[in-house]
Amino acid sequence: MENILEVKNLQVSFKTFFGEVEAVRNISFTVGKKETVAIVGESGCGKSVTASSIMQLLPMPPAFYKGGQILFKGEDIVKKTEKEMQQIRGSKISMVFQDPMTSLNPTMKIGKQIVEGLIKHQKLSKKEAHKKAIEMLKLVAVPQPEKRVNQYPHEFSGGMRQRVMIALAMVANPELLIADEPTTALDVTVQAQILDLMKDLQDKLNMSIILITHDLGVVADMSDKVIVMYAGQIVEQGNVNDIFKNPMHPYTIKLLASVPRLNMKRDESLHYIEGTPPDLYIPPKGCAFFDRCDHAMKVCKDYMPDPEYHTQEHYSRCWLNHPLAKDVRREGSVE
Amino acid sequence: MKKYLLKRFVMSIITLWAIVTITFFLMHAIPGNPFAKEGKMPPVVYENLQKKYGLDKPLYQQYLIYLGNLVRGDFGDSMKSRVETVNDMIERGFPVSARLGAQALVFALIFGPALGAMAALYQNKIPDYISMIVAIIGISVPSFVMGTFLIQFVAKNVSFLPIGGWGEFKHTILPSFALGLMPLATMARLMRSSMLEVLNQDYIKTAKSKGLTKLAVIMKHAVRNAILPVVSVLGITISNLLVGSFVIEKIFGIPGLGMFFVKSIGNRDYTLIMGTTVFYALILVLMLLLVDITYMLVDPRIRLTEEGH
Amino acid sequence: MTELTREMFERASEEQRNAEKIRRPSIKYWPDVWRRLKQNKLAMVGLTLIILITIMAIIGPMISGYTYYEQDYSNINVKPNSEFWFGTDELGRDLFTRTWYGARYSLLIGILAAAIDFTIGILYGGIAGVSSRRVDSIMMRIAEVIYSIPYLLVVILMSVVFSSQGSGTSLFVIILAMTITDWVPMAILVRGQVLQLKEAEYSLASESLGADQGWILRKHIIPNTLGPILVNVTLTIPRAIFAEATLGFLGLGLQAPKSSLGTLANDGLAGMAVGLTYQIIFPALLISLIMFSFNVLGDGLRDALDPRLRK
Repeated sequence: MENILEVKNLQVSFKTFFGEVEAVRNISFTVGKKETVAIVGESGCGKSVTASSIMQLLPMPPAFYKGGQILFKGEDIVKKTEKEMQQIRGSKISMVFQDPMTSLNPTMKIGKQIVEGLIKHQKLSKKEAHKKAIEMLKLVAVPQPEKRVNQYPHEFSGGMRQRVMIALAMVANPELLIADEPTTALDVTVQAQILDLMKDLQDKLNMSIILITHDLGVVADMSDKVIVMYAGQIVEQGNVNDIFKNPMHPYTIKLLASVPRLNMKRDESLHYIEGTPPDLYIPPKGCAFFDRCDHAMKVCKDYMPDPEYHTQEHYSRCWLNHPLAKDVRREGSVE
Repeated sequence: MKKYLLKRFVMSIITLWAIVTITFFLMHAIPGNPFAKEGKMPPVVYENLQKKYGLDKPLYQQYLIYLGNLVRGDFGDSMKSRVETVNDMIERGFPVSARLGAQALVFALIFGPALGAMAALYQNKIPDYISMIVAIIGISVPSFVMGTFLIQFVAKNVSFLPIGGWGEFKHTILPSFALGLMPLATMARLMRSSMLEVLNQDYIKTAKSKGLTKLAVIMKHAVRNAILPVVSVLGITISNLLVGSFVIEKIFGIPGLGMFFVKSIGNRDYTLIMGTTVFYALILVLMLLLVDITYMLVDPRIRLTEEGH
Repeated sequence: MTELTREMFERASEEQRNAEKIRRPSIKYWPDVWRRLKQNKLAMVGLTLIILITIMAIIGPMISGYTYYEQDYSNINVKPNSEFWFGTDELGRDLFTRTWYGARYSLLIGILAAAIDFTIGILYGGIAGVSSRRVDSIMMRIAEVIYSIPYLLVVILMSVVFSSQGSGTSLFVIILAMTITDWVPMAILVRGQVLQLKEAEYSLASESLGADQGWILRKHIIPNTLGPILVNVTLTIPRAIFAEATLGFLGLGLQAPKSSLGTLANDGLAGMAVGLTYQIIFPALLISLIMFSFNVLGDGLRDALDPRLRK
């Protein structure tokens, strides 16, 4: 499968009053055609920054590309100018944001917001644009599209607004859709509808999706590949079956364990991961999960483990993979 | 939409009525009741007042007579001037004041928000500092101080600019500037903070992600939303502008309504004071209503919240 | 790449893991606000100026050696020199003394007006907030109407009414006129906070939260409320001083020879026409400095209190 996006050794930092914050510390992954890649992790792990950096949407002071490449169909995004990015955004790569309540301009009609980008990219006439807007609303299953197209965001419910956001992102048939927590702010029932919509559209339009989320249920439903991020790094990566059936990194394991399930025993308390992620002003030398890991070893504190491949696509970065750790492993079983 | 308009219209009428009533009873509360003193004004004038206002009748009747006159557009006779009625003076003075006020307002409206938006876009850089210094000066230096300063240091040194009077465009430059500086500063500061807030909003990110140019994002998304708070204070701004004009007209010797008003205060010409006050109130209330309508047109959320329920 | 020994793969102890946790000291609210305010140079300039001006207003008339009312016909319209630091006016009165005396009044009026606005505002807003929807609604409507009456217009009218020609307006009337419409923004602010409190208490009523939480919430809501109120008070002062100065400038100020900065500016206006600029410069400058100081201080406070602007 050809790759539509190749991220190579990407490093993104922020210059702040207190110093440099390394938000993304050397990550690499690919996204193939029509593939759905999920990036999971806690708040602050760098997944949103990664997403925004693919479209150069980060405020450039204070953010800056410290190193690496983002190759979109062979061309490096990191090196592109703002003008060049304006050609790509909205037409080749699109983004759907988390909070539908605040992601739409309250003083502009919905129809106009949907086709605004299209008008710029394809130079449509007013009439054509209007038609297209209605078409898009139909595509995302918004009822009464002819009437709705002239309404304002506050006249729509949360789920409807997110559909509008999707319409907005898809209007120019992008090749890559980045969805940053698209369902987090929605009710569970609406979540399912939105996900189905996205799957449907992906099918129709041959689109690749990068799905950013902290909700593993969503991941299982939709993704082909899963990337687990922690403190700005990828700690585990693989296809969805590998990750869910055979997680190798202690963080991944804990993440999976913390998803509340309906069939939990009565006296089983909710699992959670103690502690908080480290401050990225002074990034740890070794494995960032050190202080929260049940299997932490002395070597973990000072040295960052290399990726160890378990299958062709599945790897994790953990000293437990090292032969010398086998004894430790036998002591406390990794569940 | 209609409900909102109706509500604002009714509020306007009530406010107007409130001002008229307060003015009336205040004037009649003056110790010594100048309306009753014969000795203080020429007997001819007193007789006229007597006829018109029924000065020997009980107070509430006088009030109703006054209201009646007002509704008919009669603002009264001056107590001191034998020649002119209040209406005459209003006719003379109003166009002048209106011109001054309008010019100052336009000046403030054009440069205020523009300055504020620029300050926000270049936050903490040079344009921001310059704009904010101008704004701070604008709100700290009272218009009369600015006016005298301008006369003293600018008009006296620049032959083109007169130190006072009225008649040609050049006469309006300094006064409009002095009058409009404070509103300009207020709007600039408001626009700046509003813009900063808007620029942090998610929908700005959405707009960028569509591939729009920076200019399009700024104008169609940022400014469009940031201007709302500025419009909502437009009413108060105009109200302050009005009162500021009294002072400016006095300093620059401009024969507008404000000058009449100030003189009438000095003369204690009570009917003139009442008349001009009520007239001012009328203009003000009208302007406020216009501002409300403008705000409604500009913010779709207002329009529809009234409707959809 | 260093050699990896077997020993390095031993388990890390609890202390080794906890050492990683960098604990930032918890920050208390008000000291933090003060710290942030101090960082704001402009606000500090304003604060310093206010303190200096207040000191001068108190001791100025005392150290000059003259009173604010004694007239000396041999020293009319004297330009500033070593005897009369700000010069004299047309009646031979020392302007240094008069200016600082006027500053006293201006400051006093400003602070009194702000205090009254504050009191009325809190009472009215508080009552509106705890009342039923209907009462609240009516109260707010009334406040709206009152607020739409132009502040300065009322001030001027009342001064006209309650003063007589040539004898100026009493302090009481001036303050009354200024506070009659200006309390409304404060009331609206307080009402909003009270409503928030009400809402918070309803959610507190649920059983999962104990009385403990209520106390904590109050610890958060009160600082939350006091902040905007403090800013409002700080910004009311220059508004009041401006209004009073305008009054003075229109000839409606305090009874002569008492004068505020506005009246002095008015007196000085005539002087300016004949080249005696100094007569208006000092009061005008002082008014502007006072207003500037309170405005930047208020701004600084507002920024320091805004949690979003934390550096």
